[in-house]
Amino acid sequence: MAGISIDLLLASLMVAATPILFAALGEMIVEKSGVLNLGVEGMMIVGAICGFATAVETGSPTLGFVGAALGGAGLSLVFAFLTQGLLSNQVATGLALTLFGLGFSALIGQGYVGIKPPATPSLDLGSLSDLPFVGRVLFSHDPLVYLGLAMTAAIWAFLRFTRAGLILRAVGESHDAAHALGYKVVRIRTAAILFGGAMAGVGGAYLSLVRVPQWTEGMTAGAGWIALALVVFGAWRPGRVALGAYLFGGITVLQLNLQAAGVAVPVALLSISPYLVTILVLVVMSSDRRRVAMNAPASLGRVFHAAA
Amino acid sequence: MIALEKRPTPSRAWTVLTPLVAVLATMVAGGLMFAALGKDPFEAIRTIFYDPLFNAQFASYSRPQLLVKAGPLILIAIGLSLGFRAGVWNIGAEGQYIMGALCGAGVGLALYPSDSVLLFPAMVIAGAFGGWAWAMIPAILKTRFNTNEILVSLLLVYVAEQFLASAALGVMRNPEGGGFPGSRNFQQWPAAANPELIAGTGMHWGVVAAFVAVIAAYVLLAKHMLGFQIRLAGTAPRAARFAGVNPARLVVICLGLSGALAGAAGLFEVTGPAGQVSIDFGSGYGFTAIIVAFLGRLHPVGILLAGLLMALTYIGGELAQFMLGIPAAAIQAFQGMLLFFLLAVDVLSNYRIRFGRRRIA
Repeated sequence: MAGISIDLLLASLMVAATPILFAALGEMIVEKSGVLNLGVEGMMIVGAICGFATAVETGSPTLGFVGAALGGAGLSLVFAFLTQGLLSNQVATGLALTLFGLGFSALIGQGYVGIKPPATPSLDLGSLSDLPFVGRVLFSHDPLVYLGLAMTAAIWAFLRFTRAGLILRAVGESHDAAHALGYKVVRIRTAAILFGGAMAGVGGAYLSLVRVPQWTEGMTAGAGWIALALVVFGAWRPGRVALGAYLFGGITVLQLNLQAAGVAVPVALLSISPYLVTILVLVVMSSDRRRVAMNAPASLGRVFHAAA
Repeated sequence: MIALEKRPTPSRAWTVLTPLVAVLATMVAGGLMFAALGKDPFEAIRTIFYDPLFNAQFASYSRPQLLVKAGPLILIAIGLSLGFRAGVWNIGAEGQYIMGALCGAGVGLALYPSDSVLLFPAMVIAGAFGGWAWAMIPAILKTRFNTNEILVSLLLVYVAEQFLASAALGVMRNPEGGGFPGSRNFQQWPAAANPELIAGTGMHWGVVAAFVAVIAAYVLLAKHMLGFQIRLAGTAPRAARFAGVNPARLVVICLGLSGALAGAAGLFEVTGPAGQVSIDFGSGYGFTAIIVAFLGRLHPVGILLAGLLMALTYIGGELAQFMLGIPAAAIQAFQGMLLFFLLAVDVLSNYRIRFGRRRIA
């Protein structure tokens, strides 16, 4: 285990967790509104290239993240139109989003292979960053890491304490009841889908602008699917989703460090460990049917068609 | 005011027409995309859809390719369609395809240099078994622990890709290959090869298997009890439960069948057109087959036609890449677009569009 320093490991854990945290939080809001969008992977990769291209062209990482959010939201608008406007099957439409997103991003990204993006500066926290150990682990990151955590708290508060959050949950639990009460189900769901798309886009851009930082085709490599799994793992609760993202970030970083340290475990086994752990966690979380039924939004994945 | 009114049963006419409308809409949107890339849209569409079949210069090469590409797509899509009909979402066919190829190739390579006539059939069985076993993971997790089969089957694709890379670089590497990654070439080993059966047609055993699968699936769905149960479980899960359909059994059967077919497709590919186990063997057939299944309306005959059409976009795409410099990614986006349009126009078969104010009946 020599050559692995704990503080660096923990610091890169936070970086590794951030992209899936964004995507998972966005998807959680979408699912809370009763919509299952399986296109997270597609929206992430489109966000990754939109953010990358914007940042390279403008020289500003901030604008890059804005571009990524717009790109992700733009793609999710297609999903919203198809599932909410034309009442298409959500599973199939989400898959279409991923298939299209992978091709589309590769198309835009052709001129951007091998370029270095402008660096995203880390947030200046003054003397906090100079603290031994804690400073390096917690207080020497870029703003997005903290934004991810802030979003977790904000979404928690939004769902728990605000009227809008209550309405969102009502739509997700029973769209017919919400409709009967006069809430615009389609409009609320569309807004949730757009938010989810923007968050997935930012998560994708975090990969291409900060974590890697480079553009390669298919660079999300399943991160979007892992984000979907995290929503189940987190039982549709923001705090637990964040915990899941950090756990997952930890596994990713640990296996990369073990690979680099040349531990006597086959590389393939280490590389598949994040996926295997995700599956394992899904199994554990879903084996208790009653708990899943209690936490999952009751209208999840069902098509809403106002009969009158 | 435009309103949608649910049809009591899906319109038969629109069910047949929607794929055609979707293909036309995709051609228009794809043309716009090619125009945005600075290419002549009409020439691009003609290069993709017409030239591979009828251009005097290229057709002799590309026509056989049609069956080569369509074979695996149809074989995989037939399996997937059974599950999709029953509401079992296996989207990890790409992983089952890879594992099938690895399993079958592994059996073959272990027996090198056998020249038994039984070798190839044994490899096919091993390939189907590999895909079946890989699909059993999500199936058992679903039936035992109620774990979402969509996520598990998809995540296993990434696992299979890692296995493929490590096999191509490690255990299956050709000992006489001078250290290059990749296994022995099956095409140079007649007992294990999957050759072109009739010269100039592109027909190989995988294509034969695909045609057999189309017929078998048709008979299964139209005449067999299991086919009836699959259709019933998809359209009315509650009624199916009352009729004595065992949902867990259906999950296992649907995932198992689609896995075995995808695995066999992988084996036919690795011993035929691909020739060897290499790092880039996974070519996305497993994902494109999802589009094929939907484009074919989950109907065996539809899938046969959709598979041929999708194969045409592959070949035409390569031709367009070569002739007009249209990037390969544009073709991938084009195929994705097709699924979008299909899902969009599908509203017409399930709903009636009413213009004007709604009358109270």
